[in-house]
Amino acid sequence: MTKRIVVDPMTRIEGHLRVDCEVDNGKVVKAWSSGQMWRGIELILKDRDPRDAWIFTQRICGVCTTVHAIASVRAVENALNLEVPLNAQYIRNMIVAAHGIHDHIVHFYHLSALDWVDIVSALKADPKKASKLAGSLSSWSNNSHQHFKQVQEKLQSFVNSGQLGVFASGYWGHPAMKLPPEVNLLAVAHYFQALDYQRRANKIVTILGSKTPHIQNLAVGGVTNVINLDSQSTLGMERLYYIKTIIDELGDFIKNVYLVDVAAIGAMYADWTKYGAGVTNYLSVPDLPLDTKGTRFALPGGYIANGDLATFKPIGSHQDAYFQDGVKESVKHAWYKGGKGALHPYDGETIPEYTDFQDDEKYSWVKAPTFYDKRAQVGPLANVLAMVAAGHEPTKRYLDQVLKTAGSVAGTQIPVAALHSTIGRHAARAVRTAVLYEALQQQWQLLVENLAKGDFTTFNRFEFPKGEIRGLGFHEAPRGTLSHWTVIRDGKIANYQAVVPSTWNAGPRDELDEPGPYEASLLDNPVADPERPLEVIRTVHSFDPCLACAIHMVDTRSKEEIVRVQGVGAQCGVSF
Amino acid sequence: MQSLAGTSPDIDREATGSRGVLVLGLGNILLQDEGVGVRAVEALYRDYRLGEGVDVIDGGTSGMALLDDIRNRDHLIVVDAVKTGRPPGSVVILVDDEVPAFFQSKVSPHQLALSDLLAVLKLTGEQPASITVVGVEPQSLDIGLELSELIAARVETLVNSVVEQLRLLGIAVEAVSA
Repeated sequence: MTKRIVVDPMTRIEGHLRVDCEVDNGKVVKAWSSGQMWRGIELILKDRDPRDAWIFTQRICGVCTTVHAIASVRAVENALNLEVPLNAQYIRNMIVAAHGIHDHIVHFYHLSALDWVDIVSALKADPKKASKLAGSLSSWSNNSHQHFKQVQEKLQSFVNSGQLGVFASGYWGHPAMKLPPEVNLLAVAHYFQALDYQRRANKIVTILGSKTPHIQNLAVGGVTNVINLDSQSTLGMERLYYIKTIIDELGDFIKNVYLVDVAAIGAMYADWTKYGAGVTNYLSVPDLPLDTKGTRFALPGGYIANGDLATFKPIGSHQDAYFQDGVKESVKHAWYKGGKGALHPYDGETIPEYTDFQDDEKYSWVKAPTFYDKRAQVGPLANVLAMVAAGHEPTKRYLDQVLKTAGSVAGTQIPVAALHSTIGRHAARAVRTAVLYEALQQQWQLLVENLAKGDFTTFNRFEFPKGEIRGLGFHEAPRGTLSHWTVIRDGKIANYQAVVPSTWNAGPRDELDEPGPYEASLLDNPVADPERPLEVIRTVHSFDPCLACAIHMVDTRSKEEIVRVQGVGAQCGVSF
Repeated sequence: MQSLAGTSPDIDREATGSRGVLVLGLGNILLQDEGVGVRAVEALYRDYRLGEGVDVIDGGTSGMALLDDIRNRDHLIVVDAVKTGRPPGSVVILVDDEVPAFFQSKVSPHQLALSDLLAVLKLTGEQPASITVVGVEPQSLDIGLELSELIAARVETLVNSVVEQLRLLGIAVEAVSA
């Protein structure tokens, strides 16, 4: 008998994602991904000064504030054909890399690890055995049995008090939980340590961005940081060296803890390399520009068709027509007025037209983007595969490390192809975090060297021309390819469209009724217990869903479901 | 040291023990009254000169990024739009034990972030020593930067309430004469 499961965190006011699955014989046979709120940033930006757009776009989401700010200034700069001083590129790049590291660490340890780690089982672990196991995998100093024992005691006191707090909604004791108690304990200990390291990564964003959560230092044309090497109150050597210290600490944690944990836990869930592939066309964009024109990048990006790395086609720059001409969005299955077919973002329309949730018609506030009329998956996996295909040395090195560690734990060789999966998305995210760490180090070096040459320029002036100009700003954000598209007429915004990562991944069926990446990835997922569909949550969480930016407002609660489950793991803005 | 719109990168402060008071405005300014918490702390920052020992932060809709700002505070004052079923414009003040219970019942648009953060800080033993929520029932959550007329008229009440709290906590607060 087919049973319908609805996973919908109904209690959230923003960032709603609802996933419906039809389960037959313990497997998902059909899936729908639906954004339950409408995003209206386009309407707010119309007729505004393009120089202010980034201030508003960084309010779209509480998680990706900097991300939307960066994409927005790049879009306006692209429209103006404006160069950005090297110092500004390096400072922005460091913000981008530090934010990405923060976000990836939080996602793995705090938003998704508990899909795989059973904290109640950790109470049964032998701390000495756990420490020995940890020591066999990594030289991390904070893996002592005394430390593990302390963590276990802390956990026990929470369980005794009956107040599990953040852990309260976990699927403890679920049959799909497979880790031995010692590995669960190790993961819980690192959950706590990761809280500290994500904070350190964010500190870099705070120092460079002047403030967080909303950075203040951006401007169309550069950054507004005041650089004075001898000063303590502006960006000087004291702050730069403080940043360097944090970068080194992050590197230790990422290499000795995050990469190792992902590999070991992934190896113990080797089954999950067979589920969750979904759409295997991968799209990512290059990022961390190294020149003032934004034509050379530290990290490559591009398109891969059908999971075949040999098909890799790089995307060169913001001027590259290959990306610019390839993107379209369909509203055939989304709650917007359509009838014009899929539209290019410059011509995009956002006119709400709500119907009920209709399985074969409209059922989401998220549009369905395509790249040359094909669905594409975005995110760290897409980016890591592109970087491997492009021959990016650090990516190849870290991927090799993860696959080797996982192979040694699993006792078998693990091929790159295993990445096309639910667990593969976690592995790729860890690899990308390590790559971002090295890039962060490199950008710091470049900035310091450029300042040593006596170049203190941070900003280029410009004027808006009369008439119409168009610009695209892209950014390889933590959740994948983000692009902001703007049409500027006589110095005012005439159209603004943000094609965000979660639109690519969470979008509904497209113009050709092809399912989006979330929907496709859920097919054939096992579901042991429809009342507790942990497996569905695992696959959707592996994409790092965050829909505040994809959609907004309008509560559309539906009552027709058979099983309704609240999603686990959240951050404001993130739901599911 | 006070700062609006976020933490200032004050790297020296980390060394000192006391974390003082934090006034945290939460909300999404793109959704009208949803952003009232942010608008209120903006008004506080504009209209008052605050003494030592208090930071004012526009937290927007952020989550984990605020962890560092909130941890180990002597007192946390949150200003936010809240939904308790009272008529729009009602001002609601919650103190300490009422706060987590309130947030668990999921009535504030942002309580998810805040309740998660407080839960995490409980795990790490870095919870703020005391918490006050100064909330107001929103009227309109439509797309738009302007507060509804009703809620715009409540901003002063919210600010006065925060000022009163700060004075009770022994913080010097002085109105900036126009």
